Amino acid sequence: MAGKKGDNNLKGWLYLLPALLFLGAFMVYPLVDVFIYSFEEGYNSASQTFMGVGLYNYSRVLHDPYFLQALKNTFILVIITVPLSTLIALLISLGLNSITTLKKFFQTVYFLPYVTNTLAVGLVFMILFKKTAYSDGLVNLMLAWFGKGPIDFIDGPYWAKMFVLCFYTIWIVMPFKVLILTSALAGVNQDYYNAARVDGTSPFRIFHKITLPMISPMIFYLVITGFIGAFKAYSDAVALFGTNLNAAQMNTIVGYVYDKLYGDGGGYPSYASAAAIILFAVVFTITMINLAISKKNVHY
Amino acid sequence: MNDFDQISRSARARKTAVRAITYVLLGLWAVMVLFPYYWMLLTSVKSYSSYNAEYVPTFFTLTPTLENYVSAFTQVPLARYFLNSIIFTVITTALMMAVIVPAAFAFARLQFKGRDLVFSLFLALMMIPNELVIITNFQTITNLGLRNSFPGLILPSVTSIFYIYLLRENFAQIPDELYNAAKVDGTGDFKYLTRVMMPICKPTIITILILKIIECWNSYVWPRLVTDDPAYFLVSNGIQEIRENGFGRENVPAMMAAVVVISVPLIVLFLIFRNKVMEGVSRGGIKG
Repeated sequence: MAGKKGDNNLKGWLYLLPALLFLGAFMVYPLVDVFIYSFEEGYNSASQTFMGVGLYNYSRVLHDPYFLQALKNTFILVIITVPLSTLIALLISLGLNSITTLKKFFQTVYFLPYVTNTLAVGLVFMILFKKTAYSDGLVNLMLAWFGKGPIDFIDGPYWAKMFVLCFYTIWIVMPFKVLILTSALAGVNQDYYNAARVDGTSPFRIFHKITLPMISPMIFYLVITGFIGAFKAYSDAVALFGTNLNAAQMNTIVGYVYDKLYGDGGGYPSYASAAAIILFAVVFTITMINLAISKKNVHY
Repeated sequence: MNDFDQISRSARARKTAVRAITYVLLGLWAVMVLFPYYWMLLTSVKSYSSYNAEYVPTFFTLTPTLENYVSAFTQVPLARYFLNSIIFTVITTALMMAVIVPAAFAFARLQFKGRDLVFSLFLALMMIPNELVIITNFQTITNLGLRNSFPGLILPSVTSIFYIYLLRENFAQIPDELYNAAKVDGTGDFKYLTRVMMPICKPTIITILILKIIECWNSYVWPRLVTDDPAYFLVSNGIQEIRENGFGRENVPAMMAAVVVISVPLIVLFLIFRNKVMEGVSRGGIKG
């Protein structure tokens, strides 16, 4: 029997072996290594040598104007898109839940951005917003109907570029939020609503006292994942403004990490590691704060 | 007319009004979502000269042309990017299945020392963002001389702990009796896995396959880091390349044709497997 047990142990590990190999090589080892990189000062990619150990990389990154720009952009993006997209998604889901005709059609349409290539549709958004020598672009045409514009949203003022980035980000994240909130709303027990209706409760009060508490766990889930996702924004910005985000003043923290790693300003894995760890620390802190707030306010 | 009639009539009128407003708002958002797709299709069938002659863009065209699709395939290596993405997606997805199915089986069914500890470690690893590990992976792949190669693209993209977790949960729901009966019949573990468990869990497996295919087809960051030779570009990088150095001049209609070509496969896949995709995503897929 003892031998049989040994066989079982071996067999279990054997089935796990491929997963362990891949995870070890491409997740566990890199996770340790990124911290080591971040403390190695003066690391040279070509000779793979370094001069000392310390916090210089962090201080260098924190004093880099490009990093500070990226930090500012990312925070603005997070603060605008997370609440706005969650709110719009809630309104859309409430609307979807109150209808039966065409419901499936709307759900299908709303989900489309999830399965479309971010870079590809970003190009379409760029065309819609861009002002060129040939044409002011469609958005400016619409602005002209109201006697405004033209504004160059892609190469123009900072706020205009930030507006497009936020707009596109919200457009991209909406499918996931609508999907989650629609199923959360559909899951609320109808008995509560029937009871409230019998009592003659006003629709607003029903929403405030029944719907909102019942779906609050899902709203907080969306807020938390929304924060995490928005802090890691990158490809949306590339899709709109091209790969040279520093020149466009539109870089994000993740963009900064990749720029330090590879490309025109690249070859500095130490700076990239320090920036990535700073990003992780920020995301971790915000997630913890979110969890603490949700513990106080979410009704399970 | 009495009071009751009046009240019920006004209540009905208000209900109709609320319903109408709901439909208008939902319709507006549907237009917001669909418009970029319409615009890319429309622009892709406008001829180069007519597109550039429009100072004020028109909302329709009476003379659609397919010439942009021809230029998309002849003037830039779109077919190459497309093929690369197919190769990348197929191999990565197949390798992933070969890795996650045995792992999920081991966690769900086999008894061995250290199983629960390793499983907890896997769950903890799920929290690690890709951005933290990509730096070393880039160095590893560079040091191995695998930049601009399929192994370099594929190997770090294979594992997805979340799918191991999803499949394990599904495997664990299969009653023990089936396993014990198979044991009595002398069926080996591997045969039991492939003949009994996988067919039972087919819906979950299909969901995982589709989510992985979407992820592979849209992946941009890793391919951008490890490939700078256009011969190995995937569609996302291809689009970026077309945009930055593409058709020599700003040929927007041809760019839009390329965008349509690379967007169609996933949209078709989604429309066929609509419920599977939406169910899979709501069970824990996040964009990215």
